[in-house]
Amino acid sequence: MALVENRHLDILADDRRAAFRHAGLAGVIVVVCLIALWITGFFDAQRLMEGLPALGQLASEMVPPDFTRWQHWIKPLIDTLAMSIAGTVLAVVLSLPLALLAAPNISPNAAVYHICRVVLSALRSVPELIMGIIFVAAVGFGALPGVLALALHSVGMVGKFYAEAIEHVDPKPLEAARAAGAGPFQVITHAVLPQVLPQLADITIYRWEYHFRASAVLGIVGAGGIGFELIAALRVIRYDQVSAILLTILACVIVVDAIGAWLRKQLK
Amino acid sequence: MIQVDKLDVVYANGTRALAPTSVTFRAGQFTVLLGASGAGKSTLLRALNGLVAPTHGEVRIDGIGALSGRKAIRSHRRRTGMVFQQHQLIGRLTVLANVLIGRLGYHGSLRTLLPFSVAEKQLALDAIERVGLLDYALRRADQLSGGQQQRVGIARALVQEPNLILADEPVASLDPASADRVLGLLHKICKDDGIAAIVSLHQLEFAKRYADRIVALAAGHVVFDGPPARLGNQEIARIYGTTPIGVRQDTPQPSTLKTGTYA
Ligand SMILES: Nc1ncnc2c1ncn2[C@@H]1O[C@H](COP(=O)(O)OP(=O)(O)OP(=O)(O)O)[C@@H](O)[C@H]1O
Ligand SMILES: [Mg+2]
Repeated sequence: MALVENRHLDILADDRRAAFRHAGLAGVIVVVCLIALWITGFFDAQRLMEGLPALGQLASEMVPPDFTRWQHWIKPLIDTLAMSIAGTVLAVVLSLPLALLAAPNISPNAAVYHICRVVLSALRSVPELIMGIIFVAAVGFGALPGVLALALHSVGMVGKFYAEAIEHVDPKPLEAARAAGAGPFQVITHAVLPQVLPQLADITIYRWEYHFRASAVLGIVGAGGIGFELIAALRVIRYDQVSAILLTILACVIVVDAIGAWLRKQLK
Repeated sequence: MIQVDKLDVVYANGTRALAPTSVTFRAGQFTVLLGASGAGKSTLLRALNGLVAPTHGEVRIDGIGALSGRKAIRSHRRRTGMVFQQHQLIGRLTVLANVLIGRLGYHGSLRTLLPFSVAEKQLALDAIERVGLLDYALRRADQLSGGQQQRVGIARALVQEPNLILADEPVASLDPASADRVLGLLHKICKDDGIAAIVSLHQLEFAKRYADRIVALAAGHVVFDGPPARLGNQEIARIYGTTPIGVRQDTPQPSTLKTGTYA
């Protein structure tokens, strides 16, 4: 009896210790969050109070939105759309081979695998805004530097997601193809890709939606598209035009996301 | 004709799966491979089409020679249909698309980028018809029952126009009726087309019903090689290291334990 009792007490003691550990961890997380808010000036009540009227002023200047220049936005919007599509195409074309080489089950050897992983994370770690500035400096203003910036940054992301999808394919059909005399390239085209195509398409469509939003921002550094109009309106302090452009972008984002969602559904 | 000459296989982790083994397989002969779990059946079958490389010895194929080097292995695999326990289909592709994978060995790498020719698709449909699944040709493979999927696996082997069929426990995950149908099909193909068929099984009853010849392995050695009629209780005890009732203690596939599958 006593032995059984003791065993129960032991279990309860373990349970208490686990609860303490969790509570301690939660406490640490809360403290870290508070410190972060403090460092970034969130507890500076005075500054926040002073900022409020200015914010109100800006907001009032934004209404009513001024859509009178809408004809000037059509071409930039088409540019933005084209940039998002072209950037996606370029990203896919560059990502696929890199992803295959960065998938441990397909990669021919460890060195290639590691090099490709490093290339992917390097591309990922340069923000597209920085890439945009670099490419604008290299090839001048316009949509082309925007596309290059979007694509190169995306290769890092898309390539990583592709590689992860490819890594998790069922190896058995690969062996079946090999057993029927298929070469390495044929194994990829007929046993690997058919398995992951829906996932790759999914990743790609998400990326296209993201590219549309991102390309609006890229205009700010001179990389073409509707962002260019946005920064122009900001420069001349026409907040009513700024809000009109933002609303237009919002409408387009909703449409693009809806098209993306529809495309994804077709693939299911 | 396939000659296995003093073949032994030691895996990278040091496991000796096959002791030096010599055995010959002939066209039109339906050979059943028996052996307890871990005896080396899968290893031998894989070595027969180069999926496992020999540590010593060699496999010789009529018209090709020793099975070594990429070219020899590829041209041998092209004419060697392999049927797997888990049928290894791509679930989201149609039956037809899965069967066409059997034609890849006939294509160069660049040719692969083009669609399959109509003639090849017709060949595939012939194979699908032969396994009795023509009505399912455009269904997704994962919508088929296990027995039907296994027949797709056989069609994929058939479309290779093989002169050798290797089947590794093709009926281990099937109910007895489906299993009988699949084995009957393999047997008929072997006889009609004059193909050498080598099939590993865990069910003695099926082995005796279909085999022209039984080759049994134990711990990587051939411990029996002869017609099923010569397979008595004594031989069975030698193969499985125990009496014929309850031959297997360790069973990877619960479905192989169905009562009545052991003679
Ligand atoms: N890839 C591998 N690496 C290392 N050892 C392996 C490998 N594959 C098989 N083995 C070992 O080789 C021996 C023979 O295995 P094999 O798969 O050929 O047996 P089997 O007769 O097919 O068994 P089962 O009836 O369970 O399928 C076993 O001891 C197994 O553990
Ligand atoms: Mg096996």
